[in-house]
Amino acid sequence: MTDLLQISGLDVDFPTRRGTVHAARGVSLTVQPGEVVGLVGESGAGKSTIGNAIIDLLEAPGRVSAGSILFEGEELRGRSEAEMRRVRGDRIGMIFQDPQTSLNPLMTIGAQLVETIEKTSDLRGSRAEERAIELLEQVGITEAKARLRAYPHQFSGGMRQRVVIALALAGDPDLIIADEPTTALDVSIQAQILDLIKRLCRERDLGVIIVTHDIGVIANIADRVAVMYRGEVVETGDVAQILGAPKHEYTKSLIAAVPRADRKLERFSSVDYIEGGNKPFERIDIQTHWLGASRDNRGTGKAIEVENLDLSFVLQKAVLKRNRKMLQAVDNVSFTVTEGQTFGLVGESGSGKSTVARLIAGLYRPDAGTIRVLGQDVSTRPNSAAAREARRALQMIFQDPYSSLNARMRVMDIVAEPIRFYRLTENEAETRRIVGDLLNHVGLGAQAALRYPHEFSGGQRQRISIARALASRPRILICDEPTSALDVSVQATILNLLKDLQQELGLTMLFISHDLPVVRQMCDQIAVMRHGQLCEVADAETLFKTPRHEYSRHLLELMPSMELLGEA
Amino acid sequence: MQQDRPMTRWERFKDNDIVWSFLHSPGAIVAATITLIAILACVFAPLIAPFDPFDPAQISLWDGKLPPAWIDGGQPQYLLGTDNQGRDMLSTILYGGRLSILVGLAAVCLGMVLGVTLGVISGYVGGVTDAVIMRIADVQLTIPGILLAILINGIGRAALPLELREEFAIYVVIIAIGLTDWPQFARVTRGATMVEANKEYVQAARIIGLPGWMIMLRHILPNTLRPVLVIATIGLALAIIAEATLSFLGQGIPPTTPSLGTLIRVGNEYLFSGLWWITFFPAIALVVLVFAVNLLGDWMRDALNPKLR
Repeated sequence: MTDLLQISGLDVDFPTRRGTVHAARGVSLTVQPGEVVGLVGESGAGKSTIGNAIIDLLEAPGRVSAGSILFEGEELRGRSEAEMRRVRGDRIGMIFQDPQTSLNPLMTIGAQLVETIEKTSDLRGSRAEERAIELLEQVGITEAKARLRAYPHQFSGGMRQRVVIALALAGDPDLIIADEPTTALDVSIQAQILDLIKRLCRERDLGVIIVTHDIGVIANIADRVAVMYRGEVVETGDVAQILGAPKHEYTKSLIAAVPRADRKLERFSSVDYIEGGNKPFERIDIQTHWLGASRDNRGTGKAIEVENLDLSFVLQKAVLKRNRKMLQAVDNVSFTVTEGQTFGLVGESGSGKSTVARLIAGLYRPDAGTIRVLGQDVSTRPNSAAAREARRALQMIFQDPYSSLNARMRVMDIVAEPIRFYRLTENEAETRRIVGDLLNHVGLGAQAALRYPHEFSGGQRQRISIARALASRPRILICDEPTSALDVSVQATILNLLKDLQQELGLTMLFISHDLPVVRQMCDQIAVMRHGQLCEVADAETLFKTPRHEYSRHLLELMPSMELLGEA
Repeated sequence: MQQDRPMTRWERFKDNDIVWSFLHSPGAIVAATITLIAILACVFAPLIAPFDPFDPAQISLWDGKLPPAWIDGGQPQYLLGTDNQGRDMLSTILYGGRLSILVGLAAVCLGMVLGVTLGVISGYVGGVTDAVIMRIADVQLTIPGILLAILINGIGRAALPLELREEFAIYVVIIAIGLTDWPQFARVTRGATMVEANKEYVQAARIIGLPGWMIMLRHILPNTLRPVLVIATIGLALAIIAEATLSFLGQGIPPTTPSLGTLIRVGNEYLFSGLWWITFFPAIALVVLVFAVNLLGDWMRDALNPKLR
């Protein structure tokens, strides 16, 4: 029996002005009908490149330079564009990451489906429409007939992704390539979409290649896994074997870096396979060093107190109040963060968790309620000297490492900005020395000061952000999804760094994340948010073992199962 | 690729994508070369030009209205002929171009400083300030630029005492064109500012506690300059044309110290007497200069726009 898809010795090159980048080297992979093959790797590993190379949709100037792609025994390389277009619609379906952009916003769902059906089959007119309804029903969209007339914006993210899957199925393909199909979706929807893909694969005897960075997705859906690292497949095997007993060093450190949902670890071990060159964390003598100075009245008091916080955003402006459309982003939220602890704020997108963080940081002003930082009210008169003084004790680390640093400033000036502004040092020489110390401390080395942000990777940039936050000598650190834009191994090193720093400097942390396993690793106390309201506040271990609120239980159930993962 | 040591300024310059794109775009190189030659020739006019058109000792009315050197009756020392007063055309064009470029640059700088300042404030502060500034800009944009420039120019001249008018005419023209220019800069800067202001590095600066003016100056302004640079280049071409138009209409630079526009106007009076060269060569010089600057601006817009790459 021939394989559905057989890739052997595939090389993909991207010639650039700085020399050729080998995005894939000697990649071999097979897919059988009725099988889900996971292609897993971190950013830049070349996993999406493989998917695009199969259907000849490589971004310019990429090209396949060697190897063969046999689809049902036929070579796909070297086909003309017209032939490939037939293959793409009819026999290989694609599901892309962002359902927002893979549907045409100006066409109804029905029109898009019918167009694809007519292009790939003999069905015309009302017959094609019937088929469209059938497809929508298959992907779990209720009242399919009525929804044919709907536009994409009338659908939620998960529903849109279902439509995209229906489109991929329209040509009745034998193979589906899904490129990060659930990355843009919330966890609760992610699980449904993965179930759907798996069900379709079994029912229709489809081959599915699922490209993802997420080990959790792999654990849930894949039968076999190929692990990619820097353009090469380093290990292929059964999902249980890869996750439970990885052989290759890279796979081992990748699996070890996955935050465990089932128990709390002290720190992530052996995760420095990718970002090599990060020095081990060096402790500094906090009593004598600049970083430890002016750190009086430390205790186990209350770092942040939030009482009955309200904030609504105007969605639609109007002169009359009753005509305005408002969104209650934060609704009567109260909690207290004890000094020296890490307090987690968890919720899905749109739950208002980041808004709460920005309210505390003073980026927004609340409509009602009070915020106290280290006992000082900062919300009633936010511009008073006392409030400003209290806010200096509070710094924030942001989600996107690419937009959180000013690209036009040297790292030196970025980190030194708060030191210079508040004149925290005697002279410029001392400032430079301290910036060097800080950069050393976060594992970048003092040399980094002379470079510009674009010369660093995402994880390294996040380290610069941390150094900048520390430069104000804060006592409270707000981390707003600090690792969700990072690869899993980089995430592990950053989380380790944050843990070390907290211990050493006695920082209070407000840790905002949608990722429950990460929160479990980091936090002492956890608050669960939904629709701007606080559902439950509990000790971390209590919450994970005996959640009280219904929504907390729901979220916990949706966590990717870690059963397959061995004892890392 | 990361190197072990940080790059020097020169290496970083060579590594720059924009520089690379420039070296790989023939049109841009040609345009830049022409612009550069034109600017150098005009700046060094006193050294290059065969005559000084402002020195009465070098002008002789007997040599007036001579055709270019290659036409019957032309004289070899007057390559492009002479005008009605016997001034060498080539020299007058070089001196005239000098004035045109000077006025253009100064006017663009004025418009840019004004527009960028108001644009950043408008985009960052928002609210009523934003509304007021942008409505003024909108109102101004409903009036054709050249009309407004004539208006401001007229008011400026009328405000000056008679004996100072000629002397200060050039400054009045610069202010008139600069004031007409600013809404473009303000709009673009405001848009870019609003994008930047939402980025996390600005939020980080706010959390550090930096005052608004410092955030605008140190963080937002340097990140909004790319589109401003494009507008400034295209604006330079437009400003040169605006000056030429004003001067052609007799509203700009007086004929005693002629700019390209003044030359074209003076020559225009002799066009029907067959003395075509008095208006033709300054016009060609103007077209080539504006075209080159425009090409440069066009390339810059493509190269600096990440979406088009």
